[in-house]
Amino acid sequence: MVWDVDDDRVFKALADPTRRHLLDRLYERDGRTLTELESELEMTRFGVMKHLRVLEEAGLVTTRRSGREKLHFLNPVPIRLIHDRWIDKYRERRVAALADLKTELEESA
Amino acid sequence: MTTTTAQATQVYQVFIKATPEAIWDAITKPEFTARYFYGSIFDTTWEPGAPLAGWAADRSQQYVDGEILEVSPPTRLVTTWRALYDAETAAEPHSRVTWEIEPGEDGVTKLTVIHDELESAPMTAANVAGGWMYVLSGLKTLLETGEPLAG
Repeated sequence: MVWDVDDDRVFKALADPTRRHLLDRLYERDGRTLTELESELEMTRFGVMKHLRVLEEAGLVTTRRSGREKLHFLNPVPIRLIHDRWIDKYRERRVAALADLKTELEESA
Repeated sequence: MTTTTAQATQVYQVFIKATPEAIWDAITKPEFTARYFYGSIFDTTWEPGAPLAGWAADRSQQYVDGEILEVSPPTRLVTTWRALYDAETAAEPHSRVTWEIEPGEDGVTKLTVIHDELESAPMTAANVAGGWMYVLSGLKTLLETGEPLAG
């Protein structure tokens, strides 16, 4: 099996309201079966399966067997990695720029 | 805002460009853990039945105690886990932490941490999510770049 460690799949997986909704449902209560998740969506079982597969391929959802059931778990780590890579970085620069501006204005005052 | 009960079974997973052996070393050796695991080092012989004690690198404070349950280098490690850094979590019973390391193709390895048996440890369950994300993100960064996470 080839695992993709790029961000592309995570961004693509998140770029869909139904998939974000599924992540929110798992955030509220983790370790759910397909049947449970399907019961909360206006969508066919096949449609939900398809979305879960995209989330799984992006590493945002993992599955584990518990007896006869296949349980879906939210994996928040890829979102954290994106946060570290794409949000922290730019936020720090913005904050630093504002801090520099404040210093400059105060020094010239 | 929806109220969320912390989960009794939590799964965290990350893909790392490193061999299973390198990941195993990063989990079990203090020269690595001190750089991504909140500065912690783990005192244990890594043998089933041995005690596990996680300390601040300067040994000023013990963060974790537990017991080694299963050891299969470089693919599987199971320990019990009690967080001592907080009075409320320290008062709760031990939960269980399982590390699964699964090699893939192209030198990418899947690392999964399952923190479960948290039914009687709700404070711990609520407390560890951000911690595991930080630890796994830091472990990935350290192994792929040789540098710890900034900040």
